[in-house]
Amino acid sequence: MSPFEFVRRAGTAFRTAGHIMAGMAATAAIAAPALAQAAATYVPAKPVEGKGQPISGAYTFQDQYSPIGQEALKMHDYVLIPVITAIVLLVLILLIVVVAKFNRRANPVASKTSHNTVIEVIWTLVPVLILVVIAVPSIRLLAHQYEPAPKGALTVKVTGYQWYWGYTYPDNGGFEVISNMLPPAEAIKRGEPPQLAADNRMVVPAGVPIRLQTTGSDVIHSFAVPSLWFKLDAVPGRINEKVLMVNKPGVYYGQCSELCGARHGYMPIVVEAVTKPQFDAWIKSQGGTVGGAAPAAASAAAAAPAA
Amino acid sequence: MATIPADHESFDAHHDHAHDHDHDHKPSFFARWFMSTNHKDIGTLYLIFAIFAGVIGGAVSGIMRAELAHPGIQYLAFWTNFVGGDGADLNQTLHMWNVLITAHGLIMVFFMVMPALIGGFGNWFVPIMIGAPDMAFPRMNNISFWLTFAGFCSLMISPFVPGGTGHGAGTGWTVYAPLSTSGSVGPAVDFAIFSLHLSGAGSILGAVNFITTIFNMRAPGMTLHKMPLFVWSVLVTAFLLLLALPVLAAAITMLITDRNFGTTFFDPAGGGDPILYQHLFWFFGHPEVYIMILPGFGIVSQIISTFSKKPVFGYLGMAYAMVAIGLVGFIVWAHHMYTTGLDVNTKMYFTAATMVIAVPTGIKIFSWIATMWGGSIEFKSPMVWAIGFIFLFTVGGVTGVVLANGGIDDNLQDGYYVVAHFHYVLSLGAVTSLFAGFFYWFPKMSGRMHSEFLSHLQFWVFFVGVNLIFFPMHFLGLQGMPRRYPDYAPAYEYWNHIATIGYMVMAVSIVIFVINIAYALLAGKKAAPNYWGEGATTLEWTLSSPPPFHQFETLPVIGDDSHH
Repeated sequence: MSPFEFVRRAGTAFRTAGHIMAGMAATAAIAAPALAQAAATYVPAKPVEGKGQPISGAYTFQDQYSPIGQEALKMHDYVLIPVITAIVLLVLILLIVVVAKFNRRANPVASKTSHNTVIEVIWTLVPVLILVVIAVPSIRLLAHQYEPAPKGALTVKVTGYQWYWGYTYPDNGGFEVISNMLPPAEAIKRGEPPQLAADNRMVVPAGVPIRLQTTGSDVIHSFAVPSLWFKLDAVPGRINEKVLMVNKPGVYYGQCSELCGARHGYMPIVVEAVTKPQFDAWIKSQGGTVGGAAPAAASAAAAAPAA
Repeated sequence: MATIPADHESFDAHHDHAHDHDHDHKPSFFARWFMSTNHKDIGTLYLIFAIFAGVIGGAVSGIMRAELAHPGIQYLAFWTNFVGGDGADLNQTLHMWNVLITAHGLIMVFFMVMPALIGGFGNWFVPIMIGAPDMAFPRMNNISFWLTFAGFCSLMISPFVPGGTGHGAGTGWTVYAPLSTSGSVGPAVDFAIFSLHLSGAGSILGAVNFITTIFNMRAPGMTLHKMPLFVWSVLVTAFLLLLALPVLAAAITMLITDRNFGTTFFDPAGGGDPILYQHLFWFFGHPEVYIMILPGFGIVSQIISTFSKKPVFGYLGMAYAMVAIGLVGFIVWAHHMYTTGLDVNTKMYFTAATMVIAVPTGIKIFSWIATMWGGSIEFKSPMVWAIGFIFLFTVGGVTGVVLANGGIDDNLQDGYYVVAHFHYVLSLGAVTSLFAGFFYWFPKMSGRMHSEFLSHLQFWVFFVGVNLIFFPMHFLGLQGMPRRYPDYAPAYEYWNHIATIGYMVMAVSIVIFVINIAYALLAGKKAAPNYWGEGATTLEWTLSSPPPFHQFETLPVIGDDSHH
């Protein structure tokens, strides 16, 4: 087990208690409406510490809650980190050896060697091999990230504004949710992290691929959620598209990730994944239409396949 | 090792010797320093300028670190008022943050690292190392310096005039449209762009000068494969400048016309595309980062060889690794654009191409270590700085390999992991090589020995300081903290606080540096022609310290046995 895996598991052990309780609450919410689906309501969930948000003093990626995020995290922790650690340690050890063995006192006469074809070939070929080892999972990760959403997938269009976000649901009537940062005092009152909390969240169903499109209305912004391994620039005059899938219900925070003016640091993103019944209830509460599963041929065609 | 002709000693006073300057006729003060045609004096002008600009750029980052020490906005209102804005207006205050980070980046890149490495050390030592009396175009050399100076003046005006939601240009050094066009009303961004036009022109002319000098003015016997590696590094850098800067000029001129003359190159409403700007900027921007590091590679090669008392291991590999880095550096630019919505094949190509650069870079790291291997190393301060460079640049380089992977970069783009990466290769790489070169060559340039003790002390305080600033930034980036933010969620405070403490330690090291220079100029021992000993084999060590006003008026002849 790598040190990172150990830390991850240790942290998870402590957080499991919180997860179990949240899970039980979610299960209760799911179990009840099995009988009466129309009775499901959407209530904004409280965030869970260490999930979907940063942890003070941490030195690894946030825990990942999407398939891509889990794949990418594994590649980083099991391929990249070991390789770069080994390289840095190798160079450090060589430098220490050199300093100890070849200082003026230990080695008064310098050698004249300035060539050695064998070693030059080795230190050219071995890095190439290491890069190939890295490239294989890297290219595979990219291929997975570019898999298009299935035909009937929900479409959410994210628009970046100076300085807030708009979430449009074209498959559900085309209503737009405007999301502004909560003032710090209000965030704390609601039990949410300041600087990250927003008034209206981007609500999506958990466990299904979502066709997420981004665009900018004025300048370039970037829609990013670190715990979902998602980032896509919101560029004026352009619709970018990528699949977002959130494994399980929860609250996941992100922040605008392209300099967009004075309040670039004050337009956070809050994605809340919920069960399908809760999602339908939320859609209704926004004045939208549920079951817009008609592949909305319009939105599929309109999306410039930048992906 | 260069062979000096046997009858050298019998020439009269006009020729290069360890004579004092009485016989060198130097121009009057104004002519000498404002209308110079002497590569050494122009090099000195660039170095003084770079130190001055570096202090300003570093002070700006000090303001930034002070603000970031704790959550909340503490100091920005003061600086908003300082530039003539209204600190009570929150939008203006937050805009001021963007002005600070823009100023810091532009100053450090265009007015500190480049003038010091290329204008300063390049001008001083390339002609001497190839046995030339001066650069090919001495007067154009002067124009290059004063264009750079004028560019800096334009940049210094920018923060004090309107530029959007307040005074100053708040676009980042990358100046992306549409934030820099429709998003920044007022002359501040125009002054910033104009500063890049001026200093860019100076650099292009400088590149022409270096290429012509190196190709045409090498002393008899000095073939390209006998040139010191520092000269190779400047040659490759000059080609990068020549080919990349015009693209920047085009991109920023298009910004000017979009802003002022009704064009819509980057405005979708008129058929334009913001992403076009990014392609143009980064086509320049990526070679630019190699421009900033290659001369540092050359300096480190000279120093490692001198103090190991061995020639550099694998000279041809080192020279052509730099050529390879320069060439491949032109075809990887879109790794700065991984999240803009690139097509899948494009993203895969740039991932693969970017990783390729690790190979020639690794060759250099291993060759430096192999140079030291078997050597008889004296740990004078330039050597300590150079060894520090090798380690710190390796750390920065490997995080570059992480970021090269497009799929991984998706969760790191525009965050503090990127900030950590480029500060490791720049602040801890390029700047370390600058200090290494400074202490290697300062007595040669000034005629006075600095304090080796203070230089060693500065190294260790600097080393602790910059590592404290930038290593925790990897953690912040991994945890998702975005860059160019004046404030952050409470969970990010822990590492930000430590980074600010690191800044204060680093600032102490700069004080030590200033004391060292003052000591050297006021009370330093007179420097001998070759104060480093047998390992120093390039031509500058055959001249007095400082060299005569004009050297090599008779060209040295390079013997068959010499090689570098």
